[in-house]
Amino acid sequence: MATLELRSISKTFSTATGSVPVLDRLNMRIANGEFVAVIGPSGSGKTTLFNIIAGLELPDTGAVLIDEVEVTGQRGQVAYMPQRDALLPWLSVIENAVLATVVQGGDVSAARREARALLADFGLEGWGDVRPALLSGGMRQRAAFLRTVLWHRPIMLLDEPFGALDALTRAQLQQWLLGLWDRLDRTVVLVTHDIDEAIILADRIYVLTARPARIALEVPVELPRPRSYTLVTDPAFARLKRQLQQVLVDGSGQS
Amino acid sequence: MSNEASPPISTPTTIAPRLAWRVRMAAYGPPALLVIGLLLFWEAVVWYWAIPVWLLPPPSRIVATLLDSLPTLTGHTLSTLTVTIPGFALALVVGFSLGVALDASPLLRRAIYPLLVTSQTVPIVAIAPLLVVGFGFGLFPKVLVVALVTFFPIVVNTIDGLQSADRDQRRLLEAMGASYWQLLRLLRLRAALPAIFTGIKVAITYSVIGAVLAEWIGASAGLGVYIARSLRAFRTDQVFVAALVTSLLTIALFTLVSLLERWIVFWKGER
Repeated sequence: MATLELRSISKTFSTATGSVPVLDRLNMRIANGEFVAVIGPSGSGKTTLFNIIAGLELPDTGAVLIDEVEVTGQRGQVAYMPQRDALLPWLSVIENAVLATVVQGGDVSAARREARALLADFGLEGWGDVRPALLSGGMRQRAAFLRTVLWHRPIMLLDEPFGALDALTRAQLQQWLLGLWDRLDRTVVLVTHDIDEAIILADRIYVLTARPARIALEVPVELPRPRSYTLVTDPAFARLKRQLQQVLVDGSGQS
Repeated sequence: MSNEASPPISTPTTIAPRLAWRVRMAAYGPPALLVIGLLLFWEAVVWYWAIPVWLLPPPSRIVATLLDSLPTLTGHTLSTLTVTIPGFALALVVGFSLGVALDASPLLRRAIYPLLVTSQTVPIVAIAPLLVVGFGFGLFPKVLVVALVTFFPIVVNTIDGLQSADRDQRRLLEAMGASYWQLLRLLRLRAALPAIFTGIKVAITYSVIGAVLAEWIGASAGLGVYIARSLRAFRTDQVFVAALVTSLLTIALFTLVSLLERWIVFWKGER
């Protein structure tokens, strides 16, 4: 397990029409084993933030630290789950799941055995040797999540992992993730635009402003675990949801 | 663990034979009927206006000539294939390698791409005799002609195909720390295969015509030679036969490539 720290991250994109500031001196600290959700209006630079943490892009200023060691611009340090499942259509579920081990030159047959052992937990029993085209949307997302877990990194970035699914499947997957979560023992950063999802899953929520993104609000989610989907009727849930909605709508950070 | 009911997914079963037959009829029926109709019309026109056979032989005569000259034709056809296959293989190797190289280096792409396009604007009938003059009457200049007319679609489609890899998949592999070669091997070459096969299919349709053209200009055997001799002898029926064989040969090679494609790009159209 590990802590993730972002120190004063700024990023500006230059386009033909001028420069677009996307991130403005963001500071975040995610503790060991914590589940943190980042929500913000669309186009608020959430994906850019993830790209910077994953080492796919360099920030203009600032640093990314894992366990106090600077890893800015280094790839392969955190496990990353993109918005769409990004499963390779020519590989079976198992082969997709062990992709990180293949890329990083690890013990692939050990990873395959591990993937097979986890299939049942991921609701994919009997589907290990099937190619992704035969899977339903929810199953594809779970296969992508299995790949993220088998990346074997203490920190996982989930970029709107349920964003493309229908409401029912999404609720089922959130419930499933809640059940799996306690046994996974990882530090997680979840980007989402779904307030309910953030409250149900996270220990703490960062709300970003519109471009350029700053932190509008940082709130702990003080709801007991284990949680379930029935939480949405809890008064504490409703209070927190109203607070988050207000901040997201006026985007000022004055709550 | 999962309390989500997996949606019922039926494993693909074989389609009922009757349905399969109807699907096939719907696909091949109309073109087959059209071809038969056109052949009958052709036969009728020749018969009605009593067109001399050296001007336009009727289909029945062409079939008769085909059957008569089958042994000769087989020899010429094999000869044409010994030009087509190595020429196409050369184009495949060079075209694919060049495509990967041009994709890797933007500088190389800027330098070579205009030359490639220009090479395709020069008429091959002008280059082919020069090649024969330069390399003699052996196999090599003819193989080169086939390679010249077929490598371009392979290069262009390889470059396009390599660019077509899904952005999310690419970013995922990059986030895993994949090197250029890993990215190429694990993702980009696979993703490029459908486009590369498109290039190969275009190229294969040019390949036999290219070989016939090369033989026409200078050879002792092959369908091109057969056509040249038949024209000099006013054997129009034999010209038609050669055209028919050329076209059948091309269709056969095209079908072979399509089958290979279905086997190699097995994930395409799976959804």
